[in-house]
Amino acid sequence: MKAIIDKEKCVACGACVDACPQGAITVAEEIAQVDDRCNLCGLCVDACTYEAISLPEVRGPKTEGIQAYSGVWVAGEQHDGEVHPVTHELLGAGRKLADKLGVELAVVLMGVGLAQAAKELIGYGADRVHLVEDPALIPFTDEIHAKVLAELVQAKKPEILLAGATATGRSYIPRVAAALRTGLTADCTGLEIGDDGLLYQTRPAFGGNVMATIICPNRRPQMATVRPRVMRKPAFDTQRQGMVETFAPSPAALLSRVKVVTSVKDVQDTTPLTEADVVVTGGRGLQKPENFKLIRELALLINGAVGASRSVVDEGWMPYSHQVGQTGKTVSPKLYMACGVSGAIQHVVGMQGSEIIVAVNKDPHAPIFDVANYGVVADLFEFLPALIRKLKEERGEG
Amino acid sequence: MHILVCIKQVPDSKNVRIDPETNTLVRQGVQSIVNPHDWYAVEAALKFRDAHGGKVTAVTMGPPQAEEALREVLALGVDAAALLTDRAFAGADTWATSLTLARAVAKLAPVDLVICGKQAIDGDTAQVGPEVAAHLDLPYVTYVRRLELVGGSRLRAERVTDLGYEVVETGLPAVVTVVREIGDPRMPGLKHKMRSRKQQIPVINAAALGLKPEETGLQGSFTKVVRVFAPPPRSNREMLNGAVENQVGELLKRLREARVPGL
Repeated sequence: MKAIIDKEKCVACGACVDACPQGAITVAEEIAQVDDRCNLCGLCVDACTYEAISLPEVRGPKTEGIQAYSGVWVAGEQHDGEVHPVTHELLGAGRKLADKLGVELAVVLMGVGLAQAAKELIGYGADRVHLVEDPALIPFTDEIHAKVLAELVQAKKPEILLAGATATGRSYIPRVAAALRTGLTADCTGLEIGDDGLLYQTRPAFGGNVMATIICPNRRPQMATVRPRVMRKPAFDTQRQGMVETFAPSPAALLSRVKVVTSVKDVQDTTPLTEADVVVTGGRGLQKPENFKLIRELALLINGAVGASRSVVDEGWMPYSHQVGQTGKTVSPKLYMACGVSGAIQHVVGMQGSEIIVAVNKDPHAPIFDVANYGVVADLFEFLPALIRKLKEERGEG
Repeated sequence: MHILVCIKQVPDSKNVRIDPETNTLVRQGVQSIVNPHDWYAVEAALKFRDAHGGKVTAVTMGPPQAEEALREVLALGVDAAALLTDRAFAGADTWATSLTLARAVAKLAPVDLVICGKQAIDGDTAQVGPEVAAHLDLPYVTYVRRLELVGGSRLRAERVTDLGYEVVETGLPAVVTVVREIGDPRMPGLKHKMRSRKQQIPVINAAALGLKPEETGLQGSFTKVVRVFAPPPRSNREMLNGAVENQVGELLKRLREARVPGL
């Protein structure tokens, strides 16, 4: 299959030729022609101002009894009994979707000793909490959580299932989607209900250089993951009413072939990178490993996480767990401060989703300034100490 | 020990962007490259083979020219390769892709270990590895940074989590996805380079995998892209000038206006 050119409408302008990332389109004999390299990405469809290009229709089989699927669900995440903030954020987003559809919003919580935590989720917007408690759910394993969640979905049939795109969610949610034979859209930054009642899921692709809106028309539930801090956390309403319902999974669902031998939390005095509202990142401009203490000191002062560019991780100045960028972590904090980072594209793709980007670099031509909201051309060893001093003075710590 | 490594040929995403004025894709000399994360998968596979013996087969689903990606990894010492290509595969989402790959694992059986990169840089979904495992009903471990064989038949893996790491064990066969810490890829060797140019790469189509056209590609996909567009432009950049103290003051003022927490 390949993109279809409407011979009547095509004017051989060549806009599609430029748009095709595969180089699959040529203009010959006064008409665009698509060859076998076409992978149906659809970029040519958008590029064509004459509406001369279309894609063949999706004909995937419909989920049986698709009309019976109703309600919006959030797959809750908790660690050691503490609910991950992304669950609250998803309840905020899910509430809007549920209200638009006129359906119930429910959240699933799996683990042990979660009765109180479950009740609290009602205050964040849930009409119903599906609570699953069993010792087999601790420690977390992908296999058990995926099987239990899939069982619950099959039993209750929600039309939409949202989950956090944390390391945990990105690991077990694909298995849930596969078990349910449905589509899954990762890392959505926008979720909306269309006039057709479908979930329109918008996500970045090609490292954030392109946005794509995706639907799952024929399968249920429509599944999407969302990164932490992309959606706004709703206010807690102490008066909200809802119910907690327990679910007992089948014994088979509580078996995992993968066993956790040990689980180790990194000892960090700063916030974990993917959870932080503020990330302060150091690059090669710091000149030597000892100078990372400036980054750490600033991060500690403003309750931020410490990030590192690939080159300083390669040099061994910082461990890999701090690396931001293509082969490291993707972060989208409220504030990202890049200090002495040149701004190679491989770094930028890991942080360009941040709300505010501040670049500090002594080279005014450093590419990092191209993605910055605020640029500071300065010597790091003057600017960072001055900033730290000022913050300490204001807090009376100077 | 038969280790199968799944790789993907992707457009070098740094060159792919949408012109916000014309809303068309700009592909200034976009080259196809091996997905950077897959080099670590290849390295993990080669290391595992070197330690425990056996053979590494690289598999890719893609257009005919994806053969080039397979030759690149053969040059590192991968023993064999298979190209999954068919017109019907075009437009596959992660479900259809993982189903096709899973069928390839079955066809190339016996396979003891399937290794994938943690994600591909064009889609960044990280879904294909876990979904391949689901189709085959195999155990899987994601974000692996160390792999060992214990007692001759069990896999011990150290995996990175949001808060630290975990050591897990599972039986074989299994599927793992690896992160960069597994080790940087080796350089191509001369001998392997020579071999990589001449080696026969079998081409496998949908029919050979027992897949009907409606199970693959766009037709076999559950998700559909309805719109592609340029990301919203960042607000205009402002340079903060003057003496350092002035720059500090101006920056704090703006960050506080934006209600950045912690400041």
